[in-house]
Amino acid sequence: MADTATRPAAPAPTPAAVRAPVRRSPTAPPRSFVWTRRIVLSLLGVFTATPVYVMLSSSLKPLDDVTGSFRWFPSNLTVQPYIDIWDTVPLARYFLNSLIVAGAATVCSVVIAVFAAYAVSRYRFRGRRVFTVTILSTQMFPGILFLLPLFLIFVNIGNTTGIALYGSRGALILTYLTFTLPFSVWMLIGYFDSIPKDLDEAALVDGCGPLGALFRVVVPAAIPGIVAVAVYSFMTAWGEVLFASVMTNGTTRTLAIGLQGYATQTQVYWNQVMAASLVASVPVVAGFLLLQRYLVAGLTAGAVK
Amino acid sequence: MRVRRSAPGRPVLRRTAALAAVSALTMAATACGGGSSTGDEGSNKNPGTLTYWATNQGSSLEHDKKVLTPELKKFEKETGIDVKLEVVPWDSLLDRILAATSSGQGPDVLNIGNTWSASLQATGALLPWDAKNLKKIGGKDRFTPSALAAAGAEGKPPAAVPLYSLAYGLYYNKQMFKDAGIAKPPETWDELVDTGKKLTGDGKYGLAVEGGNPVENAHHAFVFGKQHGADFFDSSGEPTFDKPANVKAVKQYVDFLASDGIAAEGNAEYAKNESVRDFATGKAGMLLWQAAASSLKSHGMKPDEYGVAPVPAQSADASGERAVNTMVAGINLAVFKNTDNLDGALKFVKFMTSTEEQKALNGTYGSIPPVKEAQQDAAFSTPDLKVLRDVLANSSAPLPQVPDESKFETLVGTAMKELFAEAASGKSVSTGTVQERLTEAQQQMQK
Amino acid sequence: MTTLDTPRAGSPAPPPPEPPRTRRARLRVPARVRRAGLPYLLLLPALLLELLIHLVPMGVGIVMSFKELTQQYIRTWGDAPWSGLDNFRVAVDFDAPVGEALLRSFGVTCAFTVLAVGLAWLLGVTAAVLMQENFRGRGLLRALFLTPYALPVYAAVITWSFMLQRDNGLVNHVVHEQLGLTDSPPFWLIGDNSFFALVVVAVWRTWPFAFLILMAALQNIPRELYEAAQVDGAGIWQQVRRITLPSLRPVNQVLVLVLFLWTFNDFNVPYLLFGKAAPESADLISIHIYQSSFVTWDFGAGSAMSVLLLLFLLLVTAVYLLVTSRGRKHDG
Repeated sequence: MADTATRPAAPAPTPAAVRAPVRRSPTAPPRSFVWTRRIVLSLLGVFTATPVYVMLSSSLKPLDDVTGSFRWFPSNLTVQPYIDIWDTVPLARYFLNSLIVAGAATVCSVVIAVFAAYAVSRYRFRGRRVFTVTILSTQMFPGILFLLPLFLIFVNIGNTTGIALYGSRGALILTYLTFTLPFSVWMLIGYFDSIPKDLDEAALVDGCGPLGALFRVVVPAAIPGIVAVAVYSFMTAWGEVLFASVMTNGTTRTLAIGLQGYATQTQVYWNQVMAASLVASVPVVAGFLLLQRYLVAGLTAGAVK
Repeated sequence: MRVRRSAPGRPVLRRTAALAAVSALTMAATACGGGSSTGDEGSNKNPGTLTYWATNQGSSLEHDKKVLTPELKKFEKETGIDVKLEVVPWDSLLDRILAATSSGQGPDVLNIGNTWSASLQATGALLPWDAKNLKKIGGKDRFTPSALAAAGAEGKPPAAVPLYSLAYGLYYNKQMFKDAGIAKPPETWDELVDTGKKLTGDGKYGLAVEGGNPVENAHHAFVFGKQHGADFFDSSGEPTFDKPANVKAVKQYVDFLASDGIAAEGNAEYAKNESVRDFATGKAGMLLWQAAASSLKSHGMKPDEYGVAPVPAQSADASGERAVNTMVAGINLAVFKNTDNLDGALKFVKFMTSTEEQKALNGTYGSIPPVKEAQQDAAFSTPDLKVLRDVLANSSAPLPQVPDESKFETLVGTAMKELFAEAASGKSVSTGTVQERLTEAQQQMQK
Repeated sequence: MTTLDTPRAGSPAPPPPEPPRTRRARLRVPARVRRAGLPYLLLLPALLLELLIHLVPMGVGIVMSFKELTQQYIRTWGDAPWSGLDNFRVAVDFDAPVGEALLRSFGVTCAFTVLAVGLAWLLGVTAAVLMQENFRGRGLLRALFLTPYALPVYAAVITWSFMLQRDNGLVNHVVHEQLGLTDSPPFWLIGDNSFFALVVVAVWRTWPFAFLILMAALQNIPRELYEAAQVDGAGIWQQVRRITLPSLRPVNQVLVLVLFLWTFNDFNVPYLLFGKAAPESADLISIHIYQSSFVTWDFGAGSAMSVLLLLFLLLVTAVYLLVTSRGRKHDG
C-alpha cells in the first residue's frame, strides 16, 4: 500500500515494544486534554462494560429474578445456573465441538495462509495479482448467497466419494478455514513484506531451500503476525452462526447453535442463557486479551500500512 | 481491501481469463449438482438402524431425550432396530428439513409441525400414507379424523400420521375471576372483552397475547377468520388474505391490545412464550394457548389454580364453520421416502402410534393422543384435557392444507406483528391499516 | 522473543534493517526455471479451498437465480425450470410489493451502514487518540474496550436482546424508571426504535475493531514528528489535528471499506436480535434475503436478490477504491 513521505524506518515492532508506553512528550498534557480523556473514556467504558456486567450478574440470579423487572444488583446470589446449564442442553458436547472445529480451522487456515502469503510476498509470477484480487473480493460475498449451494456441493461430494461431509465437523472446518483465509493471507502478505528480504536471501545463500528459508527465517520473524491471524481465525470460527445452523446435527452442533436450546417450548432460562454465554465466551475472550499485544503488533506491521 | 497499484495495462486481460476459467468450472459443478434425483424410493439396505428427529416437546432438549430414550430401547428390544435419536430445536427444524429434502440426506423418520404437512408434502420427499402403508400401522380408523385431516392436502394420501394432538383453549385464573366477581368463563368475544376489562388494572391485565410471534398470530387469525365465515385461501388454493371478513378477524384480535386495552402493550414484543409466564404469575387473567399444562407447571402454577374453557365464539349460537374455536394443532410423524430402512421405519411409526406408547408419551407431554383407543384412557379425562379433547373432536378445523401454508404463517403472522407494534406505540390501527397490511402480504404470495 | 531474532548466523545487527520498501526487489535465485512452479504450489491449497468453498458455490448461486426454485423443486433442483430473468424482474419491480419491500430493506441497510460505520469509526478514533499516551489504567481499559470484539457474537447479542426487552430490560429500567426520560417505556425490539437498537448493538460490536486497527496504526507514527511539533510550540490538540489524524489516512481507507463490507452484509446481529422476522425498520438486506429464500422457500428469488446485492457491493467497492486512491495520489 502506498504510504506517505513520512513513512518511518521502523521494523515490525515486537510485542515488547508495543507494551512499552509511547512517551510522546516529556511534559504533562494540558488539563483540558486530561479532562476530555477522563470523561470520554469513562463514558465509553460504561457503554462497553454494561452488557458484560449484565451477562455476569444475571448468570448469578435465580430464574425468578431474571424474568421479572431488571435490577442492577442481584438480591439472591446463586451458582445454580452454572450447574443447570450442563443438563438443560448437552453443553459440554457443544463446547467440545466448537473447540475441535475452531481449533482445526485455525491451524489449517494459518498454515495455508502462510504458504500463500509467502508466495505472493516473495515471488513475482503470472496470476499473482489475479489471485490477490480474487481472494480479497470473496470478502464481499453475502454468506446467504452460497449457503445452500455450498451445502449441496458437500452433499454431492459425499454422494460421489462416499465421504460423509454433510453434518460432519470436517465440512464446518473446511468452510470456516476458507472464510478466514482471505483476511489472513492479506494480513500475512503485509507482514512478510515488512520482513527484510535480505534475511531469507541470506538463508538461501546458506543453502536452505525456499521452504527452509520460510520456516527457519520468515516464520519465526513473523510470529506476531501469525498469532494475530490465528486469533482472528479462531474467533471467527467460534462465533459463526448461519452456516452452523444448517450444517450441523445433534452430535456436531456447536455452541453458536447450541445456546438456542435454553429457549424452550416452555420458557427462556435467561439466567442459564447468560451463564452458558459466559462459559462460551471465556476461552475466546481470555485468549484474545492474552494475545492482544501480538494482534496489535501483527496489525501494525501487516495490515496497517 | 488492501490495494496495490497495478502496473498499467495487462492485468485486465488476465483477470478476464481467470474469470472465464472460474465460470467454466462453475458450469461443470452445476451440471453434476442437483440433489439426489436418483434413489427416490425407499429400500431396505440398512435394516439395522433408523435415524429419528424428534421435536422439542418438553421443558428442554435433554428432557425430551430422557423421555424418549427408554421408549426407543423398548422398540429396539422388540425389533432389534437401533434408533438414533436427535432432538432438533424448533428454531432450526425447518432449515434442517429443507436441507435434508434438497440433499436427500435426512433422517428416516421425523416429527413435523402438522401445519407444515401440505407444504412438505409438495416437495415430494415424504412417504405418502396410502391405504397400503396405513394398513401396516393398523389402518386409518385408529386415528381421529380431525387429526388426520391436518396431515396433508385434501384428496391426497396424508404425508404424515398424527403423533401428538393439541388444541387451543381459554385458560383462566380462578382466583382472579373470583376476586373480580366473575362467575364463569366468557363464551363470546364480547363477554371476553368485558371480563378482560374487569380484570385489567393495578398492573394486571385481562388477557396475555404473544404479539411478536408470527406463528401464534397466524393461528389466531385463522380461527377468527373461520368465525367470521372467511378463509385465507379459496378452494383453488389462491390466497384471499385481504377479504373483508379476514380484515375484520385480524383487527378483532389486534384490538385486544389496540382498542380494548385488555392486553398489556408490552405483549406486542412477546415472542418467547412470555405470555404463558405472565398468565402463570398472575399478571394476566386469561390466555389462549394450546396444552399449556406442563408449561404452567414449570412456572409453578398448580393445576387447581386455573381452569380451561373452550375458546369463545362470536355469538353464543354460532354453528358450523362459525363455531370453529381451534385449529387442529399438533405434531405429525413422517417418513422420508428415500429411507434405506423402509420396513423398519414403518415398524417404528407403528410402535410410536401404538396405544401403549400414545398413552405414555402424550401423558408426559400433556397433549392428547390422536389415536382413539388411547384417548379413552382416564389420564386424558382430567377437566382441562377433556375440554381440549372435546373441542378437537367437535369444533376444530385444520389450517389450510395448501403448499403455501408456511408462507401464510410467515406473511400474515408478520403483518400482525407489525400491527401490534404500531398499536403498542400509540398509533391507531384502523380497518384501513389492517387492510393495507394484509393486501401487501397477499401480493407477496403471487410475485 | 523479538521479531528479528532469527537463527541466521552472521547477520548484521539484528534490529531495524530496512523499511518495508523493498517489495519490488526480486529474488534472484539460481535455477529459476525449476522454481517457477513453486509459488503456484504454495498457493494451491488456498486456491483449491477458495474455489470449492467460495467461487464454485457462488457460481451455483448465480445459476440458481435464473431458476424457479420453489419447494416443488428443492428435492430435484437440477430439474427446476429455467425462469430467465424473471426472478430479477420481480426483485427490481419497485412498484410491486416484492420489489418495494426489497427497496425499503435496501434503504434501511444503507442508512444503518452509514450510521454504524460512521459511529464505530468515530468512537474508535477518539479512543485510540486519547489512549495514545500512557496513563494509569490504560492497559486495563484497552482490554475492556476490546472485549466486545472478542465476545462471540451470539453471546453478546443475546445479552443485548435481554437488555432491550421493554418490560424487564435494563435499557428501559435506566431510560424510563431511573432517568424518567419517557412517559411510557419505549419498545426497542419492535417498531421504529428497533432501527436504533440495531445501530447501537452493531456499533458496540464493531467499534473495538476500529479502535484496535487505529491503535496499531498510531504506533507507526514516529515520535520525532511530535517532538518536532513541540519544538515548534504546537499544543496537544494541534498535534492531534496536524500529525495524528493526517497520518491515519491510509489506514482509514482500508478500515472504512472493511467495516462497510462487514456491516452491510451483517446477518448475525439482526438475526439474533429479532429472530427470523425482523421489524420493518430494522429489516437488513441479509435478513430480508434469508426470509425470501429460507423462510418462504423460494431460493430462486433469494439468489437473485443476493446477486443484485453482490453487484452493488462490487460497484461500491470499485468506486470507493478508485476515488480514494486517486485522492491519495494527489497527496503523493
